[in-house]
Amino acid sequence: MTRYANQVAIVGAAETTELGVIPHMSQLQLHADAALNALADAALEPSDIDGVATAGESPTVVAHYLGITPNWVDGTAVGGCSFMIHVRHAVAALLTGQCRTVLITHGESGKSGIGRGRGRGSAASLQGQFEAPFGVAGPPTLFTLPVLRYMKRYGLTPEQLAMVAVVQRQWAGLNPRASKREPITVEDVLDSRMIAYPFHLLECCLVTDGGGALILTTADRVDDFPQPPVYVWGTGESVETPMVSQMEDLTSSRAFAVAGPRAMSDAGIRHGDVDHLMIYDAFAHLPIYGLEDLGFCGRGEAGAFIEEGHTAPGGSLPLNTNGGGLSYMHSGMYGMYALQESVRQLRGTAPAQVDGAEVSVCLGVGGMFGASGCIVMGNQPKS
Amino acid sequence: MSGSRPLPEPTPETQHFWDGTRVGELRLQRCNDCAHVYFPPRPFCPACASRSVSVFAASGRGHLDSYVISHRPHPAFDGHYAIALVVLEEGPRMMSNIVGCEQTPEALVLDMPLEVTFEPQNDSITLPLFRPAAVGNKP
Repeated sequence: MTRYANQVAIVGAAETTELGVIPHMSQLQLHADAALNALADAALEPSDIDGVATAGESPTVVAHYLGITPNWVDGTAVGGCSFMIHVRHAVAALLTGQCRTVLITHGESGKSGIGRGRGRGSAASLQGQFEAPFGVAGPPTLFTLPVLRYMKRYGLTPEQLAMVAVVQRQWAGLNPRASKREPITVEDVLDSRMIAYPFHLLECCLVTDGGGALILTTADRVDDFPQPPVYVWGTGESVETPMVSQMEDLTSSRAFAVAGPRAMSDAGIRHGDVDHLMIYDAFAHLPIYGLEDLGFCGRGEAGAFIEEGHTAPGGSLPLNTNGGGLSYMHSGMYGMYALQESVRQLRGTAPAQVDGAEVSVCLGVGGMFGASGCIVMGNQPKS
Repeated sequence: MSGSRPLPEPTPETQHFWDGTRVGELRLQRCNDCAHVYFPPRPFCPACASRSVSVFAASGRGHLDSYVISHRPHPAFDGHYAIALVVLEEGPRMMSNIVGCEQTPEALVLDMPLEVTFEPQNDSITLPLFRPAAVGNKP
């Protein structure tokens, strides 16, 4: 266990007032709506914030829009796990006295595209030269590329891949804010429209609008806030490659395998200590890779583990309990929503509450297996 | 296929690769110190950081490592098309398309042998694509 496992806490957390399709709000306002909700959750004013971190927008833009004068900013933007990495960086900033109260914001008009830049990558970038010419058409044709190799190496079946979506829909059915709640079967998944073989529509994440924000401070101040604190026990981060074609191993994410175990070791926990798990699911294979790269399952075993119901409601390892990117929401950079669900579970306020959840692990991905951030949280200081 | 693919814009570090495809060579780089063969291009070895590296023409042979068949519309493709990952005989993996082959799971079998073919896009850019290797041409 490291020095910080009982020293920093999340004292404010909220999503945007609405989730789903929000055409009457710009992307920047989604940041602000979430931030104002998180500030209210922590009974703070913008003037109480002296550290700002965000991705998708510049921290300059967000701080100015909210009227904050920070003396610490972090604009790390490596995709959907940027917010996990912001938490990690905020821990370091808070413990070294660089700032006292950090606000991390996310807002994304992923569906409606209001006030959202849509810059295409440079044709001179490595991706522009060595991937874009070959017909890539967004994440459904990139993130998905490794899985046939995984299926051949380990015998993962199409039915097992489909089961990931089925189980997450079971969780979403318990969550009134989830975008998709009606139960689905493996047959429904396999009968849904093919997007990029072997991935069907229901194995691909939603495209929605929304936002979320977190407020962190040092643990000596937790009694000043109305909500039960969620302590940051351990953190990890890494990057691998901007090009999915250059992954070292198509059946494992190196960034997961660095960030996840580091976060768990910093937290001083073993797998059996984990009550609740979030693994960023942009596509159905992500929880499979995550379970194995975190060490919850051996290589090639995660598909069967999910199929057997271990991650489903009532299972031994509740996973993606908000319904995940496949059924809850996915604005583009989903990591913030995974963190929000971990906080809700540890506060005991989740719609699909896991009884007695005390330790949550939250693993994020950025780009197409390009980056990862992992946060281990507890509802008590680590002893 | 039409010519409306997004085309690469070579940089000083990658110009040799795109010069190569234009003259029918698939050029890789090899470290003069540790012999590591790598892609994409850069003027140093990603394994040992040596700046002493050489460009050489690869065999053009490889195998199908993984792929998806995109059902999304794309201006450069008619119908469904595969985006493929090809592992070259020399070791590196690269993205490409498979031509001369049905774009179906039945026709596209993992580990099938492939060979490079070059498809000019304009006067300066030729893309390296792959086709099923001719019988008897297996590595």
